[in-house]
Amino acid sequence: MALLSPTKPAHARGGTDRPPRRVGFSQRLGRLDVKVSPYLYISPFFLLFAVVGLFPLAYTAVVSVYEWNLLGGQGEFVGMQNYIDVLGQPTFWKSVVNTFSIFLFSSVPQVIMAITIAALLDQNLRAATFWRMGVLVPFIVAPVAISMIFGRLFADQYGFINELLGIIGVDPVAWHGDRLASHFAIATMVNYRWTGYNTLIFLAAMQAVPRDLYEAAVIDGAGRVRQFFSVTVPQIRATVIFVVITSTVGGMQIFDEVRMYDAGGLGGPDRDWMTTVVYLYDVAWGNQKNFGRAAAVAWLLFLIIVAVGMVNFLMTQRIATAGPKGAKVSRRHTKRLMAEARAAAARGETPTPSATPGGAPGIQPGSPPPPPSIPPTSSTGSPDTNHGEDAR
Amino acid sequence: MLSSTSPRRNRRFVAASAGIASLALVLGACGSGDEPADEETAAEEGGSTDEEITLTVATFNNFGYTDELLAQYTEEHPNVTVEHVTAAQAEDARTNLSTKLAAGGEGLADIEAVEVDWLAEFMQYPELFAEMPAIDGRWVDWKVEQATTQDGKLIGYGTDIGPEAICYRSDLLEAAGLPSEREEVAEWIGGDGATWESYFDAGKEYVEATGNAWFDGAVATYQGMINQVEAAYEDPSTGEPKDLASNTEVQDLYNQVVTASVDDELSAGLEQWGDDWSAGFQNDAFATMLCPAWMTGPIEQNAGGVEGWDVADVFPGGGGNWGGSFLTVPASGENVEAAQELADWLTSPEIQTQAFVEAGTFPSQVDAQESEEVQSFTNDFMSGAPVGSIFSSRAQAIDGAVYKGPNYFAIHQEVQNGLNRVDLNGEDPEASWETTLSSVNELGL
Repeated sequence: MALLSPTKPAHARGGTDRPPRRVGFSQRLGRLDVKVSPYLYISPFFLLFAVVGLFPLAYTAVVSVYEWNLLGGQGEFVGMQNYIDVLGQPTFWKSVVNTFSIFLFSSVPQVIMAITIAALLDQNLRAATFWRMGVLVPFIVAPVAISMIFGRLFADQYGFINELLGIIGVDPVAWHGDRLASHFAIATMVNYRWTGYNTLIFLAAMQAVPRDLYEAAVIDGAGRVRQFFSVTVPQIRATVIFVVITSTVGGMQIFDEVRMYDAGGLGGPDRDWMTTVVYLYDVAWGNQKNFGRAAAVAWLLFLIIVAVGMVNFLMTQRIATAGPKGAKVSRRHTKRLMAEARAAAARGETPTPSATPGGAPGIQPGSPPPPPSIPPTSSTGSPDTNHGEDAR
Repeated sequence: MLSSTSPRRNRRFVAASAGIASLALVLGACGSGDEPADEETAAEEGGSTDEEITLTVATFNNFGYTDELLAQYTEEHPNVTVEHVTAAQAEDARTNLSTKLAAGGEGLADIEAVEVDWLAEFMQYPELFAEMPAIDGRWVDWKVEQATTQDGKLIGYGTDIGPEAICYRSDLLEAAGLPSEREEVAEWIGGDGATWESYFDAGKEYVEATGNAWFDGAVATYQGMINQVEAAYEDPSTGEPKDLASNTEVQDLYNQVVTASVDDELSAGLEQWGDDWSAGFQNDAFATMLCPAWMTGPIEQNAGGVEGWDVADVFPGGGGNWGGSFLTVPASGENVEAAQELADWLTSPEIQTQAFVEAGTFPSQVDAQESEEVQSFTNDFMSGAPVGSIFSSRAQAIDGAVYKGPNYFAIHQEVQNGLNRVDLNGEDPEASWETTLSSVNELGL
């Protein structure tokens, strides 16, 4: 490319001097087709997105700088006052803390459970479809129905779970009185619903992992656990990132479960389990009827989600690349064999090279060109080759 | 080493942040905006009286408007089909109504039921509702006053009222060796001169004898008390909220009910309409509860199979009204006049009598209250209590409507939260009151 580029302008200049070639209409149409139609093909999404995504977002921003009553409509321009008001409300901060707490209680175990179950389902099971469909059953139950059932389970005085705890001699837990306990209960509902869904996404990704990698790992004497951490997890990293981010976005927007958790639906008398979305709802449609402030909350929530998504992205990237570091290599001589075998195996297919930045440093001098798709498995584990990785 | 990777990394970081932002947008968009399109409000046709029209009536809980009852109207007006939409809770109906009014009236029913507690919110915007033609002498006076704006515009026709009595478990009282017959219980609680003290004192006897709770929860009891306060949270002359911190009347009631609930252990610590509350009926959690006429319905629903519920013709502090609703006609409707006619019919004494028999919603119409059908009505579930005459007598004890302004519901909810914190979660009463004060401030009323 670098060699060709200087000649190109000259060539183009020469072209203008020549009499223009007659271009037929159909040919021109054909060129237009090549240039424009790809954009037309993808345009439905972007048009839809502009209407249902971008426009509401921009309009929310407009609303957030006005005094705006649910019934009274648009009022005076107040600038940043709504944001200042919201940031000054202790309930807002409480809701943010609740959201994060519920999010951690739900998303973290959820992803870990989903990836574990997916790994199990990825094995050769009898009636595999049955098990795979089975994990999705909770997902097709309406969230409100789940909430009502769990509401009974987690009732304070006559709840099933407290009855069970009573049988084994544990004091009943105040599921609606204790802040952390309520977060745990709500996270349980979220986990119940979403774990199966994420499991299937992980499972699909795992099925796409080349089987010869496992064969190579088996030859090298890696056990199931080792295969999981050294082959499966790095190979499905892009999916892990996707799931973590979607579950973050979902976790930041928990609504139904909170709404149905008690009779009031606004996070209890002390707002102990009010999430930011429920707070937003309460500000807009509840007693304040203040759309301006609610719009400000919506924007703050949006910024929070983006920030958390970024942190997530960086963290998942680190986890996935750093994973093998923990796995110490004891048999040095098999290591090289493994790297070569992998390199040979991966030369064929190279999925998403950019997703594995850690691949390069692992290759020792003199070895064949770095196969970008190779996950940084045990071959990168030796301390002397890892400096570059650490320095970043 | 590897310095060349850093710009690449930066670019990827930017790309990633853009990706995350757009993902958040898309998923965020998924989360919102899926308002259920639940109401198939028809009524496209307009105008003249003979044209085929469909009128929609939106109510909540159970108004007693059965399909048969609505079919009667079609019989009398063959060109009108009536559709009935029911929300499970008054709160849902309130949200639905305010959201759709905010959206310019799109999707509203032709007749929207409004509960008295949040009626004032909507009366701030009387132009959103059609003015109802006055019908003299149909209702008790205070019912009409509640739905009339300061400049005399009537925006809703009254359906039911909620005169309060005491519902109790005769079997539990009997087992405790206390009075259990209707008249005895009324006398024991204080008879005509019953006060909240005498009600709580009777409760202490019960708690001493059994160790079980006397009433269901602090909030439910407070509800009965606040409904007797002339102007609880707001100044009737201006409509402005009173300063809650210096509102000793409210604070005294708060302290009184907290003392009874927690210190005297009269409360079962149940939040009304919650799961524990429903289960409490089956578990003999409490012996009495404040009982507006419409409450007999939910009691029967929750306590199915439990025998011994009864109604005593007594109420602490004189009479009290809890709840009751109105039928309003949104001004944006297609068939405002036809809808008003239907509302007129639905709130007529005859129909409201039928609704009372069906659902226990006590009529606000004078003629209906005096009718033989209401007076002689008994409720089998409530041990055959003559609920018709009991609630009539309770209705007569009501002096008039108390003032509930536009901010009543908002402030009231915060005080309720304060009580729940103490009653349900065992928080310190004073700390909880302080939290309530700051929450009310947060509302920015």
